[in-house]
Amino acid sequence: MSEPKEGSFSSPNMPTGVPTTHQILTGWGRTAPSAAEVARPSKPEEVQQVLAAAASAGRAVVARGLARSYGDAAQSAGGVVLDTTAMNAVHDSDLEAGWVRVGAGASLDALMRSLVPKGWWVPVTPGTRYVTVGGAIAADIHGKNHHRDGSFCSHVRSLTLATPTGTREITPENDAELFWATAGGMGLTGIVLEATIQLLRIETAYMLVDTERATDLEDTMARMTARDDEYRYSVAWIDCLARGRRLGRAVLTRAEHADLANLSGSCAADPLAFDPRVLLEVPVTPPGGLLNPLTVAAFNEMWYRKAPRWQAQKPETLASYFHPLDALGSWNRLYGSRGFVQYQFIVPFDAEDALRVVLERVSNARTASFLAVLKRFAEANPGPLSFPSAGWTLALDIPAGSPGLGNMLDELDVVVAEAGGSVYLAKDSRLRPELLGAMYPRLDEWREARNRVDPDCRLTSDLARRLGLVEQGVAPRQFRARRGNRPRSTAGAHR
Amino acid sequence: MNNALGMPQTAVVLGGTSDIARSVMRALAARRMRHVVLAGRDEAGLEGAAKELKALGVASVETITWDVIDEEAHTALAQDVAGRMGQVDLVLVAVGVLGNQDVCESDPSATASVLSTNFTGLAAAMVAFAQILRSQGQGRLVVLSSVAGVRVRRSNFVYGASKAGLDAFAQGLAEALRPTGAGVTIVRPGWVATRMTAGRSPAPMATTPESVAADIIRGLERRADVVWSPASLKVLFAVLRLLPKSVWRLVPG
Repeated sequence: MSEPKEGSFSSPNMPTGVPTTHQILTGWGRTAPSAAEVARPSKPEEVQQVLAAAASAGRAVVARGLARSYGDAAQSAGGVVLDTTAMNAVHDSDLEAGWVRVGAGASLDALMRSLVPKGWWVPVTPGTRYVTVGGAIAADIHGKNHHRDGSFCSHVRSLTLATPTGTREITPENDAELFWATAGGMGLTGIVLEATIQLLRIETAYMLVDTERATDLEDTMARMTARDDEYRYSVAWIDCLARGRRLGRAVLTRAEHADLANLSGSCAADPLAFDPRVLLEVPVTPPGGLLNPLTVAAFNEMWYRKAPRWQAQKPETLASYFHPLDALGSWNRLYGSRGFVQYQFIVPFDAEDALRVVLERVSNARTASFLAVLKRFAEANPGPLSFPSAGWTLALDIPAGSPGLGNMLDELDVVVAEAGGSVYLAKDSRLRPELLGAMYPRLDEWREARNRVDPDCRLTSDLARRLGLVEQGVAPRQFRARRGNRPRSTAGAHR
Repeated sequence: MNNALGMPQTAVVLGGTSDIARSVMRALAARRMRHVVLAGRDEAGLEGAAKELKALGVASVETITWDVIDEEAHTALAQDVAGRMGQVDLVLVAVGVLGNQDVCESDPSATASVLSTNFTGLAAAMVAFAQILRSQGQGRLVVLSSVAGVRVRRSNFVYGASKAGLDAFAQGLAEALRPTGAGVTIVRPGWVATRMTAGRSPAPMATTPESVAADIIRGLERRADVVWSPASLKVLFAVLRLLPKSVWRLVPG
């Protein structure tokens, strides 16, 4: 057999009119690679061109921004992946009223760098600035302020969506069904081209942070329940390796934006300065990874002990409070060549037992979960696939090589589903399709909305294929309706 | 789709009645296997294996009668399977016969038969499935090789040579597929107690299909290039390969 050459055998580049490259893609977790033709359009017409070419070639299409989804949401094996990052311009803004219209490929990092010095903040930010606006909409991301401000799409006034049946401008008013199907729709309703985002007024680029330690899970949840509402931002870091009496011990950090009056010294001289840096870049992937139960246990112990038992009103920069890991470039490499999975789930407020069960199992399994994060969510928005809804959400990073991991997470899925909860699709890379319907009971409603704009199911990702999201193919597993189907809300419940 | 932990949802088994393949599929059925096609010559045997997988909860199991030495049939099989599944996540290459070494040594057609079943026919079938995986941009070929091919021995060199050829071919195919998103895992078991070895006395470090299957599952989880089963064979054969011929002749097994 003669030696095949790269690119010569696989489906030849499609005549899209836009250059494409054959690339192997993974999510942030660096697992489950698959190859696709990647196009990087620089204007909306090119997106339509690629959509049309893919349709005539019978290929799947999905958008990809900065690839911070942990799993397989922004890749499509054998298909066409639309890299949106070249469509990153600011198209319009009103810095009196506080809104901005940007290309979907604009990163929150770029937005913050231009807006913070003018006294505006992106109202919902995840733990990294390196996500695009399009990705933020597709995953309907949340931050530490969901209990106060809801998720990202609650601040999106309008968006332009390119679909296989045409480009449309949608708002929650003119097409609520499609707008909310797009919010958290994992890119499967179309390619977001532009969006108008409502901003939050800030006086300074600083936070006033209250820190406290909680001794166990009960203490952690009690403290959060009692006083989260007094703060705009709240998060608990949980030591997942602590066991027994210390199970669920945590460091709580809750914060408000600092006013000018709160600042003194050098901070006050330039209160809106915002220039976070990457302090260190992980240069290579250590084959076995550096994060194992030993190193993580040591880190967790140090982190817990170094936190003050109680500290009030400590000024911190925006970046150090919201995006501490952004200072370490390519930190996902620390998990080694096999990568890692993030397990993030939510259970309703009356299902605290399930949270405890999950934490016990993870703690007993001694998997090296680094910086597990617990937050409280307020009511859901109307998005059928939008993840946040009233309850507790816990996120755990676990090395993919951990022994027994697959079976353990499969069992935890059942605990979560039985409690009326769900896992977050933007983080998922291994859920079984049978559980999707139980976790997202409004799945069919969402499918109807998306089928309206993509009847041939061209918009498909590896995530969609793995879970049978787009096409009904898997008999859903039934669970006792513990809470008569969680209040995932119907349209109108939006605050 | 293959998930983050290397677990496939769809699979085609070439040699669907193989004991090792059946053990692997039982283990995968317990994970998230949803659609399986079993291909092989023994229709009744395939039906039995299919029935078992259905009983284990695999939603869709089909059987296709197919002969590895019929090279004309390979592309049609591969395209048929791809059409039924959408995405072929796993191609488990488990066709193999031990052959009768004594007969082979005096009968050219018996030797040719072992080689075409274990190597040339199978390599051709792998080419057909590799085409599918390339255009999919994902999927994994798991090839059952053998330590018998790592260093052939006097007592079974026809079988050993066929596995050596298959193993080398799979190594090359793995390199060819590297940039395509598809992957190859080569499995090198030692002596396994199966129908194929029934009636023969076990070699040292003998193992079972279940334990080979468990090693293969772990190999899938880490997207391994090579799986030795048991794992200690890797070290053992690193040494055995270097032995002078005069000493190798004396090694039992």
